[in-house]
Amino acid sequence: MSVPPEGVHSASDETYAKIPPPSKPVVERSQVVIRFAGDSGDGMQVTGSQFTAESALAGNDIATLPDFPAEIRAPAGTIAGVSGFQVNFSSHDIFTPGDEPDVLVAMNPAALKANIGDLAPNGVLIVDKETFTEANLKRAGYDSNPLTDGSLAKYQVFAIEVGKLTTLALRDLGLNNRTVSRCRNFFVLGLVSWLYQRPTERTVEWIKNRFRKVPSVMEANLRAFRAGYNFGETTELFASAYKVPPAKIAPGLYRSITGNSATALGFVAAAVKSGRPLFLGSYPITPASDILHELAAYKNFPIYTFQAEDEIAGVCAAIGAAFGGAIGVSTTSGPGMDLKAEAIGLAVKVELPVVITDIQRAGPSTGMPTKPEQADLLMAMFGRHGESPLPIIAAATPADCFYCAYEAVRIAIKYMTPVILLSDGHLANGAEPWLVPDVSELPPIEVNFRTDPNGFMPYARDEVTLARPWAIPGTPGLEHRIGGLSGEHLTGNVSYSPSNNEMMVRLRARKIAGIAREIPPTEVYGDPAGGELLILAWGSTYGTVREAVDHLRSKGKSVSHVHLRFLNPLPSDLGEILRRFKKVMVAEMNMGQLLKLVRAEYLVDAFGCNKIQGRPFKVSEIVNRAMRALEE
Amino acid sequence: MASALSRKDFVSDQEVRWCPGCGDYAILAQVQKLMPELGVARENVVFISGIGCSSRFPYYMNTYGFHTIHGRAPAFATGLKITRPELDVWVVTGDGDGLSIGGNHLIHVLRRNVDLRILLFNNRIYGLTKGQYSPTSELGKITKSTPFGSVDYPFNPIAVALGAGGSFVARSIDVEQKHLGEVLKRAHNHRGAAFVEILQNCNIFNDGAFNDLTDKAVKADYQLILEHGKPLIFGKNRDRGIRLNGMRAEVVQLGNGVREEDLLVHDETNLIQAFLLASFEPPLPTPIGVFYAVERPTYDASVNKQLQDARERLGEGDLQKLLRSGDTWVVH
Ligand code: SF4
Repeated sequence: MSVPPEGVHSASDETYAKIPPPSKPVVERSQVVIRFAGDSGDGMQVTGSQFTAESALAGNDIATLPDFPAEIRAPAGTIAGVSGFQVNFSSHDIFTPGDEPDVLVAMNPAALKANIGDLAPNGVLIVDKETFTEANLKRAGYDSNPLTDGSLAKYQVFAIEVGKLTTLALRDLGLNNRTVSRCRNFFVLGLVSWLYQRPTERTVEWIKNRFRKVPSVMEANLRAFRAGYNFGETTELFASAYKVPPAKIAPGLYRSITGNSATALGFVAAAVKSGRPLFLGSYPITPASDILHELAAYKNFPIYTFQAEDEIAGVCAAIGAAFGGAIGVSTTSGPGMDLKAEAIGLAVKVELPVVITDIQRAGPSTGMPTKPEQADLLMAMFGRHGESPLPIIAAATPADCFYCAYEAVRIAIKYMTPVILLSDGHLANGAEPWLVPDVSELPPIEVNFRTDPNGFMPYARDEVTLARPWAIPGTPGLEHRIGGLSGEHLTGNVSYSPSNNEMMVRLRARKIAGIAREIPPTEVYGDPAGGELLILAWGSTYGTVREAVDHLRSKGKSVSHVHLRFLNPLPSDLGEILRRFKKVMVAEMNMGQLLKLVRAEYLVDAFGCNKIQGRPFKVSEIVNRAMRALEE
Repeated sequence: MASALSRKDFVSDQEVRWCPGCGDYAILAQVQKLMPELGVARENVVFISGIGCSSRFPYYMNTYGFHTIHGRAPAFATGLKITRPELDVWVVTGDGDGLSIGGNHLIHVLRRNVDLRILLFNNRIYGLTKGQYSPTSELGKITKSTPFGSVDYPFNPIAVALGAGGSFVARSIDVEQKHLGEVLKRAHNHRGAAFVEILQNCNIFNDGAFNDLTDKAVKADYQLILEHGKPLIFGKNRDRGIRLNGMRAEVVQLGNGVREEDLLVHDETNLIQAFLLASFEPPLPTPIGVFYAVERPTYDASVNKQLQDARERLGEGDLQKLLRSGDTWVVH
């Protein structure tokens, strides 16, 4: 069971913190998925995050998924302006934010319309009744009022006058209507917190902290929150409350972390552990910009951030910094990857350590910038002219982004190569609890600048890694020139020798292939010795596939899971593992990109399970496809 | 150590591969000659270039060098200079590299005032790709890609640099060795982005583009040498000058009541005047020298100062503490 750290979340104010034990019966549940949905201005992200924080404190395992509207300022009350936040909390291990919510909170008709299709049958639907006015219904595209036309019959509907109840709770504070209306989300959070018996301290603390400069607003939000909680307790509407017991979780200090935040911290850790400054050259792009924002704030760390004039300048500046001995990093999403291709090719040729992070989003072209996809894999592999292989690492979960960013830097430096780190919009904004690691346990990142002029040659190579020396400006006696023109073995001097060119192309390819020695033996979840079906996956599909495999195995099916972190080079034991299974299914959010690679590489007759909707797989989709394959 | 160096210490072992007679040779010779005089340790000098004839330059300098990709040299140089502010970083580019494919990077590096020396070799043609018109080629120019004459209005590199907020903007000519050496030295001593347009003859694809300015017999009538604080006088007999007529400049003959005191005096710190001089077209003479030079904070220094201030204020960042920050809870 988790408890707040001493003195951190222990709310001092008796009035708000101590909430009486419920007098209604409490029903136990092992897992609940709630989705909060409302207009962009309704504060749904805050509501969802706070509910998550309460659930973490309750000791549940959690997975979350925010869903931002595609347009920055969509007209209020329209479907385009609906913002959502889904949280899955459980008394056992969970890996995904959940397929379909058990509870939907809809703050207006548009939020209802956009989300009702996902709500589980007999699910709990909480709506703010007062927002179902004729005008709002029309704006959301309803011809009749769903609250009265019987279309919601298969759900447990709780239509509550949130605005009126909030106003009532705040009536003597002398606040204007707008301020009162902005407290509605805390009323709802209070209500749902009661319904699931969440500890409220963290929310109380959060409100106090967030609004400490405006006491009247702080008071209003605290009151709304408490009013919502008490409303649940006293109203006749709810016959019982629910509780989800704590999960068995490894002890230690946790924080909730998003993929982008973890990526940023992974880079900071790499800078500190390597003792080299990290330089981020980046151009704002959804959904990668948060990494730039976060790194820009760490000014007392050896972190440089450079908001470049364009995507190309971002990566070029990173390569320039790497030439000078810094860790070069560039962060972007698909359209930016297209633009950076030429510069990445140069980094391959001149062999400098840079990490290019692609937070993949749905394409092609501008596509759906706020929605995830995994369709940049083949671009990462082959999206440069000429033979230009480089290592590719993909993160599996939000917290895994930390370790992958760190590993990407380690590999880049050890092998003197650009590395592509793949994340996606789902990981970037999704959050999970992260057991904060002990810094001393992170693997070392060694930096050995060449300083000895004796026998120095810019393209002489380490015997094992085939890495060339990192010889940085400012080092006497090592003056040398590098560039994109074909270069001679050892000296790097411009050379058009046909045989030298082929040798260098092969040498660089061998260097990258050799990185396979860094990959630990592949973990086969399920039947390591082989079985009926192996689901091969990479990136953010991890949780969904793992849950699907657990489900199938609980039904007695021989289904296993291998999840790849290195997409290039592939693990050296992978081919042999694939052959242990009768069938191999590759699950990915694209048209079959890893599938193409493994079919070409290993001549296995693998097949795909694919989705290109800008949405993560549902567990059921993986399960159904696997069942079909098992029956075929 | 630096003082003991000579010109040949800056000559690399690579064979220079420009066309015989190319103006680039003269610029290379001048830069190599200048280097020992600058008092910078050789290992601290870096030349960064893009793509084009001019961009082969780093291979011939026995310093650190990076021959990058087309148009992007200012971006590479920016990343290097921010993280290694103690280095003496030079960018070598051309009219195609710097003003066409790399125009965006050039204007932004000038705007930011990154402490770099930027040499733009302007030969008004694409040489490496064998003779297409460039963004500085004159209207009507007949080239391989404009057989009926170019209808593409050209850039004025000095005006572009001034417009982009350059803090040091100058022009010289490949064969004017002494002048070029002085301008480069001024550029080197400038703290901030120092932009130097060097008119360069491509004797293969655009021979004689600057004949008026380089032909000994007539050049004095076409060159207007800018000197801070001095009146604008030119001509073989130094008997003509530039006078303001309202907002416009005009050429006047000295004598007959026109005195030196009536002439415009060059002021490197006057941006409006720098724009005026940049706009000179025949029949006005072509100004060479420093158009504009002012000091303002450099980007690289400002970035590093922010980091230093933060370290002083908050102490060196503690990684473990950072990881354990944010909204945390303990599971027992
Ligand atoms: S093509 Fe022109 S600019 Fe290029 S090297 Fe030859 S003469 Fe010089």
